[in-house]
Amino acid sequence: MANLTLLQAINSALREEMRRDERVIVLGEDVGKNGGVFRATEGLFDEFGAERSVDTPLSESGIIGMSIGMAMYGLRPVPEIQFMDFIYPAFDQIVSEAAKMRYRSGGQYTVPMVIRTPYGGGIRGGHYHSQSAEAYFAHTPGLKVVIPSNPYDAKGLLISAIRDEDPVIFMEPKRLYRSLKGEVPETDYTVPIGKASITRAGKDISVFAYGAMIPICLEAAKKAEEHDIDVEVVDLRSLVPLDIKTIINSVKKTGRAVVVYEAPKTGGFGAEIAAIIAEKAIEYLEGPVLRVAGLDTPFPYTFEHIYMPDSRRVFEAIEKVINF
Amino acid sequence: MSSEIIQVLKEDGTVSPLFKKETDLTEQDLKKIYETMILTRVYEERSLKLQRSGRIGFYIGCKGQEASHIGSAYALKMDDWVFPAYREPGVLFLRGIALKTMICQMMGNAGDPTMGRQMPCHYSYKEGNNGSVSSPLATQIPHAVGIAYAAKYMKHKIVSLTYFGEGSTSEGDFHTGLNFAAVFKSPVVFICQNNQWAISVPVARQTVSESIAIKAKAYGMPGIKVDGNDVLAMYQVTKDAVERARNGDGPTLIESFTYRLGSHSSSDDAARYRPEGELESWEQKDPIIRFEKYLLSENILTPESIKKIKDDAEEEFTQAVKEAEKVGLPPLETLFTGVYKDMPESLREQMEDLINEQKRLGASEDNSMAFPL
Repeated sequence: MANLTLLQAINSALREEMRRDERVIVLGEDVGKNGGVFRATEGLFDEFGAERSVDTPLSESGIIGMSIGMAMYGLRPVPEIQFMDFIYPAFDQIVSEAAKMRYRSGGQYTVPMVIRTPYGGGIRGGHYHSQSAEAYFAHTPGLKVVIPSNPYDAKGLLISAIRDEDPVIFMEPKRLYRSLKGEVPETDYTVPIGKASITRAGKDISVFAYGAMIPICLEAAKKAEEHDIDVEVVDLRSLVPLDIKTIINSVKKTGRAVVVYEAPKTGGFGAEIAAIIAEKAIEYLEGPVLRVAGLDTPFPYTFEHIYMPDSRRVFEAIEKVINF
Repeated sequence: MSSEIIQVLKEDGTVSPLFKKETDLTEQDLKKIYETMILTRVYEERSLKLQRSGRIGFYIGCKGQEASHIGSAYALKMDDWVFPAYREPGVLFLRGIALKTMICQMMGNAGDPTMGRQMPCHYSYKEGNNGSVSSPLATQIPHAVGIAYAAKYMKHKIVSLTYFGEGSTSEGDFHTGLNFAAVFKSPVVFICQNNQWAISVPVARQTVSESIAIKAKAYGMPGIKVDGNDVLAMYQVTKDAVERARNGDGPTLIESFTYRLGSHSSSDDAARYRPEGELESWEQKDPIIRFEKYLLSENILTPESIKKIKDDAEEEFTQAVKEAEKVGLPPLETLFTGVYKDMPESLREQMEDLINEQKRLGASEDNSMAFPL
């Protein structure tokens, strides 16, 4: 075991998979010699060379389009999109090509590829270094969407994603990159994609979240404890496939639910969770399902800290549902 | 250099003496190329009839571009890769696909390897290293580069060739693909089939460059403009580019200067936008007629053998349709399988619900309208 940051855990997953399997190649902007602007690919260039740790020309569509070809030929590309806010030039390649290749070719071609991309706010990045674009991709059949919230899961989920036979959007909560440390096995292990984890068990209310919202929800849960409210925090870890069983079992147990995500509220993934609860467990509910989310505005700069859901806002939602 | 147009076979069916001396094409090769061109033309004419009589829903053709794609693809080895746009059925014939499979694809029945999941003419054919057709333009260009990068990394000496139209040269993926291939010195051959029209928009609305080929210069690769209705020139120019790529000398852009003799698709009427007389002048340059003249003058084929080739192609098509029409629909489950390797629980639930629904209510009424574009 080593005490690693989330960023180091990701680096460790990449390194071990590249050692284990020569089909694994990382590529993107600044991922080679510089080791990535966040240093997620640090040291890979020295160990594996420029052919496997590839600095590409500056074009997201090119990075993903090229990765699709590599994957169709049998490699396991792990392209990096430097910030998720920059992923849109590659949107067509992701949703029209990578996502549909297996289906449209009747399984003749597949695209086992992991698109790693730092997402989320709280780092004073303004419009274009802060977005959480999970809903676009979770809405696209053929893609998996995975979001770790801690170093252990980050490594185990990334290894699973690299070994997965389908394209995975791997969203890394950059706010937690260096602010969160945890015990991470140095050996090879996997965390299965599609299984939520109950980060904190409780009996009064369920809070569903993922990525950088998990620490905030835990803080809110702690505050709630002082008010004798026992909060269950469920870390979804993967939006597609979604662990519906764990969500429903939790709601059946607590009878109440709050969903927390930092993307704009309307049409966000939290709405999907609320709808699933309404479809499958409405008879267990003792109050409304509330969403604590980002605002329906472009991501702001000066008022970022007000835009972002914080533990205070999550706690108020918890209280509101409890007192309904 | 890149505005000059390369031609081997003149419109009167004669070739330069140099060609005869240098070409590696045998009589067998020439016959095979011709037969494939005829099969492709028959495939188009007969498929349009199937579409008009409601037996397939759509067709998108390549009439007039047979030399362009068949001549070029003939320069490849079978383990090389092809990333098609959607006007290259002749490549599939060259690579050995069964005619029946292609017709089943157009019918979207259980004989379609892609299970009726895509519109007609959107083939995928892995056995022939022929990519998967999608409708958005130019997306296949970066894929061709990725294949070439991967192959080079794995020390496989293969070449990746991709087709696209002149409309695609306005897309970002065209620029990106050429630029990436040049930077990585990847073994790729880019073939732009400049057929003058992107649905109703003429090439003058895509670019004011003096040619498509000249664009190669900005990417640091050779650009060659070739008479796309000259099957021998297409073969020769592509063969040179393939060799360059295979020898590690990087990519080439080939502009095949040709013409779309048909409409954009079965739903389009080119008479709405083509200037008067343009079609007729290009019909005079029909690549099949030109090649025929040559083959006849060289006594490689006779009027009788030509007739037989055409009759055989017609008969082959008739038989394949007969066979294809015996095939039933794909099982309903194939609507759900193959989205992922393993079906997610939520999708399985949708599948079970739908199967129960169809049992309960009977099959949904097929009230889709005809494709309008």
